[in-house]
Amino acid sequence: MLLISCPWCGEREETEFHYGGQAFVAYPADPESLSDEEWAQYVFFRDNPKGAFAERWVHSAGCRRWFNTVRDTVTNEFQS
Amino acid sequence: MEHPDWLWRTPEPRRSYDVIIVGAGGHGLATAYYLARNHGITNVAVLEKGWLAGGNMARNTTIIRSNYLWDESAAIYEHALKLWEGLQEDLEYDFLFSQRGVLNLAHTLQDVREGTRRVNANRLNGIDGEWLTPDEVAKVCPIVDVSPDVRYPVLGGTWQPRAGIAKHDYVAWAFARKADRYGVDLIQGCEVTGFITDGDRVTGVRTNRGPIHAGRIGLAAAGHTSVLASTLGIRLPLQSHPLQALVSELLEPVHPTVVMSNHVHVYVSQAHKGELVMGAGIDSYNSYGQRGSVHVIEQQMAAALELFPIFANAHLIRTWGGIVDVTPDASPIIGRTPVENLFVNCGWGTGGFKATPGVGWVFAHTLAHGEPHALNEPFTLERFTTGALIDEHGAAAVAH
Repeated sequence: MLLISCPWCGEREETEFHYGGQAFVAYPADPESLSDEEWAQYVFFRDNPKGAFAERWVHSAGCRRWFNTVRDTVTNEFQS
Repeated sequence: MEHPDWLWRTPEPRRSYDVIIVGAGGHGLATAYYLARNHGITNVAVLEKGWLAGGNMARNTTIIRSNYLWDESAAIYEHALKLWEGLQEDLEYDFLFSQRGVLNLAHTLQDVREGTRRVNANRLNGIDGEWLTPDEVAKVCPIVDVSPDVRYPVLGGTWQPRAGIAKHDYVAWAFARKADRYGVDLIQGCEVTGFITDGDRVTGVRTNRGPIHAGRIGLAAAGHTSVLASTLGIRLPLQSHPLQALVSELLEPVHPTVVMSNHVHVYVSQAHKGELVMGAGIDSYNSYGQRGSVHVIEQQMAAALELFPIFANAHLIRTWGGIVDVTPDASPIIGRTPVENLFVNCGWGTGGFKATPGVGWVFAHTLAHGEPHALNEPFTLERFTTGALIDEHGAAAVAH
């Protein structure tokens, strides 16, 4: 089980969290102007790196706040 | 002491091939076999960074079935099941294919509606399927607890009698042996690190054993497909997750079929040797680590105990994880890429083993002709742009 450091509550067990996938995926600034390809990218395509990955977690069973972190997808080591 | 005969050669890579397949798992090996058998293309190499069939082919729970909801899925999985039914004779190898049926249990009104709908859809597609009442479930599998006084009582289930299991490693070896006999080079310890390109087409791969040229290249690399594609700047709608499974110690035969439950989330069968084999859902986070979190295993065993009180006496012997590539609609991507001569077979998520001969058949066709077979035509990368998704999340009787 991962030990995840919540920025507000400190280190807690993974079962208190839910995963939110890739971080920093912004809602399109001008949605009306997006092509189908651009919508597909926004809705369905995410990075899937082997190594450092900026991702989101929510501390569902704790403070219920979202936060970003960087984790290595091979070693599971949190880098931030 | 002399080593017994090898099932396949260990050739040195040649400088070029008509077709290179990346990944010597079940899908890659089946593709190589059908390239030779169906299309007469034998100047083929299957490149494997580790050992043959050491990835998800060695780690799956060996379940074979075709009871998927949507027509596109039903067609490709049923094609695979029909091939399975003649595959031991075709490959001249007994891989313990056992059509012991699959039960997909319903525990809620929604499960019942979904299950009956799926049985009807299956029958319209010519796929065997029945709806069973709790008493009928108990007749098929007496060790399932169908009493009403449990947290999630069994309200019925779907039953596909032609479903079953097979010995996964033997399946890989059977394909490998036949492909090798056709002259296909199976090259282990050969990691693809990038591609050789000429304009907007690929002409070969870079490997830890030097460059190898190819007319066409097919990726069958499961959880590592994104890593390979990213070396060409291709982004795929895939997320790689750990998927865990576990086995008990060897037991007398107690479990005559395959039981799956979406709601309490477990799928379990008993291997020929006697272990209970159970599969979990994916771990939530992206990972390439081939291991998962222990609470997922705990959940698995809790679900199994809920359904099978008799398992309280069993011991957990081993757990493991593999890396599966999951798509947004829980259906695979089989076909062209934006780069000419590069084709992908990926996104099988948690359910690739059952499709092994079927996908080998259609991916071989795709690589031979440069365009998809009718059965994989709907499974394009473009569907995520056009919106023609094949949404098998929760609809496929599968515990994703």
